[in-house]
This record gives sequence, C-alpha cells and structure tokens, in this order.
Amino acid sequence: MDQISINAVGRKELTTYTEYPPKGYRVRISTYWWLGRWAYLKFILRELSSVLVAWFVIETLLQVNALIAGPGAYQDFQGFLRNPVVIALNIISFFFILFHAITWFNLAPKAMAIRLGGKRVPAILIALPNYAAWLLASVIVGWLVLRG
Amino acid sequence: MTKRSNEPLLWLLFSVGGVVAALLIPVHLFLFGIAFPLGWLNAPSYDALLALARGPAGRVYLLVFCILPLFHWAHRFRYTLYDGLQIKHLNELVNTFCYGGAIVGAIVATYLVVRIP
Repeated sequence: MDQISINAVGRKELTTYTEYPPKGYRVRISTYWWLGRWAYLKFILRELSSVLVAWFVIETLLQVNALIAGPGAYQDFQGFLRNPVVIALNIISFFFILFHAITWFNLAPKAMAIRLGGKRVPAILIALPNYAAWLLASVIVGWLVLRG
Repeated sequence: MTKRSNEPLLWLLFSVGGVVAALLIPVHLFLFGIAFPLGWLNAPSYDALLALARGPAGRVYLLVFCILPLFHWAHRFRYTLYDGLQIKHLNELVNTFCYGGAIVGAIVATYLVVRIP
C-alpha cells in the first residue's frame, strides 16, 4: 500500500510500506570491487589460497587411497603426480599456501599487543615463534619422509 | 530458548585448520607435489611410506592433516564467495556446499585412514 507522508521539511514523499522496515541507505558495490586496488586483490588471493589447501588435502587422500590399494596402484599414482599439469597446479598451490602461511603467521603480532616495561614488543618477536615452529615442523616431516 | 550460533565452533575449526595448513602443507606439498615428481629428491619407497602411515601416530597425523584444513577451506571459501561475489541470496546453498563438502571429506578421510592395512 502506498501512502503520501509529509516529512520534517514539509516535502511530500511517496512511502511504500513493506513487510520489513527498510534497512537504510546502502551503496551498491560492484561485484568486482576487489579488482580495484592491490590490497583488495591480495585479500581475495589470500582467501582463495583455501581452495588450494582443499586441493592438496584431496591429493593427499588420493595418495592414501593408492597406498591402501597396493604397490602397483601406488606407482600409478606417482605417474599421475608426474603429469606436467599436476606439477604446474602443485607449484601454483605451493606459492598460494606459502602466502597463506606467511600472512597467517604475521597475524599473531596484530592480534596480540604485548607490552614489556611499558614498550610494545616488536611485531617480529611475536611472529618469530611461529616461524620457528614452521621450521621445526618442516624439518621433522622432511626427516621422517626422506630417511625411508 | 534462544538459538545458539554455530559461528564460534566454525571459526575455531577455521583457525585451527589454518594453523595446521600453514605449518604442515608447505613441506608436504614441496616434497610430494614438486620435489619427488621432478626427481629433485629420492621419494620414499612404498614400504617406508606405508610404515609411516600405518602406526597410531601416523593415522592420527593423517586425520589432523586432512580434516582440520578442510574446515579451514570451508569457512574461508564461504566468506570469499560471500564478500567477493556478494551472492547473499545463495547463502544456504554456499553453506551446504562448503561445510557439507568438509564433512564429506572428513568422513572419506576417516574411512581411508581406518583402512590403511
């Protein structure tokens, strides 16, 4: 139902009554807003790293499946991993996931503002343990896998 | 009774999965996805890899390695679609696809890990 109402300035306005009250004025944002600025694009690229995380989990599950199926199936799967398209996808994934890891580790100092003796502890000192844990985890996994 | 939001749990899974993905996927991906296929390093034998995977620690490791990063993907990808494409009207479909996908992945991972001989 439409109704004419008079606002404070005395102008006539056409008011439409809807079931829910209007949520106020909202600027329409383009679907491609994240292409406009490098910082926005970086945000979307970081978010998209999650797709490659999922891809690598699937690849790992396929590898476990081949491991269950026996040595022959496992060899076949190694052949699949040597496919240039798969290698290219894995190299792209590697850079995306490095991007995820670095942005993730660097978040810690932003989330924790630690003060010692009235001074804020430098960001690098809070991020550093993350990098140390990363190095340690990589060395342990590398050692376990490569000694075989 | 007010309906409790699942958001804190989903965010926690996203966050823990993000840590697991950041700490462990780079080395796995570098070794199994790049260095071994390209012959930069000698790949472990079938028996050596099976020996690593079949122990209790190996099985738990594989479950953590697969399941938590899947929930990380689900949450982050959901919001990528939400913020990036502004497809609010498809919210339910997107949520079902993302969290449903992660749940299916978790079931498949558990099934496979239990079946390691």
